[in-house]
Amino acid sequence: MSQLSTTPKPRRNVELALLLLALAVGIGANMLVGVDQEKAFDSDFWFQSGLLAVAALVFHGVLRFRAKYADPVILPLVVALNGVGLAMIHRLDPPGDDTGNNQLRWTLIAMAVAIAVIWFLKDHRILRRFTFISLAASALLLVLPLIPGISAGEILGARVWIRLGPMTFQPGEVAKITLAIFFAGYLSSNRDLILLAGRKIGPLQFPRFKDMGPMITAWLVSIGVLIFQRDLGSSVLFFGLFIVMIYVATSRISWVVIGLALILGGGFAASRVFSHVELRIDGWLNAFTEEVYGRAPGGSHQIVQGLFGMANGGLVGTGLGQGRPDLVPFANSDMIIASLGEELGLIGLFAIVLMYLLLFTRGFRAALGTRDAFGKLLACGLSFAVALQCFVVIGGVTRLIPLTGLTTPFLAAGGSSLLANWIIVGLLLMISHTARGPVDTTPLPAAKGAESTGIDTPTEAVKHL
Amino acid sequence: MSELTITALRFGFLLLLWVLIFSIVSAMRRDLMVGRKAAAGAPTARQVRRNPELAEEPQQPVKQQARQLVVIEGPLKGRTLPLAASPILLGRAQEATLVLEDDYASGRHARLFPQGTRWFIEDLGSTNGTYLADQQLTRALPVELGVPVRIGKTVIELRP
Repeated sequence: MSQLSTTPKPRRNVELALLLLALAVGIGANMLVGVDQEKAFDSDFWFQSGLLAVAALVFHGVLRFRAKYADPVILPLVVALNGVGLAMIHRLDPPGDDTGNNQLRWTLIAMAVAIAVIWFLKDHRILRRFTFISLAASALLLVLPLIPGISAGEILGARVWIRLGPMTFQPGEVAKITLAIFFAGYLSSNRDLILLAGRKIGPLQFPRFKDMGPMITAWLVSIGVLIFQRDLGSSVLFFGLFIVMIYVATSRISWVVIGLALILGGGFAASRVFSHVELRIDGWLNAFTEEVYGRAPGGSHQIVQGLFGMANGGLVGTGLGQGRPDLVPFANSDMIIASLGEELGLIGLFAIVLMYLLLFTRGFRAALGTRDAFGKLLACGLSFAVALQCFVVIGGVTRLIPLTGLTTPFLAAGGSSLLANWIIVGLLLMISHTARGPVDTTPLPAAKGAESTGIDTPTEAVKHL
Repeated sequence: MSELTITALRFGFLLLLWVLIFSIVSAMRRDLMVGRKAAAGAPTARQVRRNPELAEEPQQPVKQQARQLVVIEGPLKGRTLPLAASPILLGRAQEATLVLEDDYASGRHARLFPQGTRWFIEDLGSTNGTYLADQQLTRALPVELGVPVRIGKTVIELRP
């Protein structure tokens, strides 16, 4: 017997135990940051640790109540990552600056939103009704930073921020969720059409244009992001999401081949047309050349300093609060991986990478376990989006690929990214709740008028392994 | 604070990070374990190796409840479905609980439902019929553990 499923077990107590350990990691990191400056246990420390612990335990309580079969390891992993990130940002704060407290504020807001998602949504299949609304929402979110009134203008060469009162917000982060919902909804309803209808040219089968229309729209959106917002990272993220979800839905390797060809071709074209892309690639290939290192915009100063920092950290690191990660520009956001690498060393950095890896495997596990095609695609898409983001950032910092401006999920300073990633966690927890719980045979509460459009069929034929 | 304490704390933190990871992995390992035994509270392989008398115990069950449905033949071979207290619809239709990818099954082929401690199977007017231990169903009949139910090319069984 290849696959035997257990009788559903909530395993919430396991989660509580792991959560306490995760909080010990986060709070321990925060304590170590100040330990040599004799300010380890000031009121700030107790305040921050207390809030993080209470928020995590409340989240756990909500899961006990609302999604008791949810995956027990997702929440501890995320809390540990978030806690380590908070400690590092707090540690990098120059005197008088409170990015650390701001990050804590955003963590609490993001956790509250994730709790609200779990509390009010109840079943992820409801999201399927918003397939096309999600597409519209994604387009709107992506266009927002270009509208003169609310745009925060060009910051650091990219136009991806909007102004919300005193704060700035990056709507593109939320757009990755709405795009994943759209792809999942659209592909789960039209999978067969895309697979079967259409012409065969050579070894590859091309779907009819009619079926591909919305997908092509989505693809154009991601290209538009690159051209108008000059944001290479998000563009790669959206396009990668698009390729992976269509591959998961159709299991045709030809999509991946076409996608990779388009990425490489697009990247080459972009490096010719846009000066900022060209500078990035030059800074990646010739990072250690003197003129590239010292070039004023788009030099490799940042990445090389990050590499020096990690080299200084070595195997076991300099210890939290003992290194000089603050020499790297954007040490608490884009380069936080380099900061952590310097102070925790290779051993600590591997632990963090492994935590991400475990998080993705749990996301994919939820996708395998859930029984509806929409949930499968959504869980795959969301976990892959986080995975790709990690790859692009960590690969960029370690000079495996050109450095692009994406945030490190849960670690980097930045409210929009935290908010979006916590919402993703909420959705994954909800999908894993249906995946691991007992079979629910009750039909979805019917949406008015949804039957006629055929969008609301509760489940879809899914190829089970 | 002394140099030594700080160094100890530094390594202690790295250790803590890895303790977290190993606890998560071990929690997952238990999660992925071929679970029938663990779920039923029966002895694990290691316990059996240590005290062999435990191994005999599961052989004389008093009256076991069906806890899962297993597909033993057909395109979905190897699939299992935990049985809750709610009826299960078998068929090719999208709304079925177990969607059979079987050309010989009807859209809404058969229904499996619990009554008291037993599960019953009922044919829903399928084209090719439902067979319980090689007898074609004409009315709802109880399904005992380990008795094969054939729908088209798919054979399912209830397991404890």
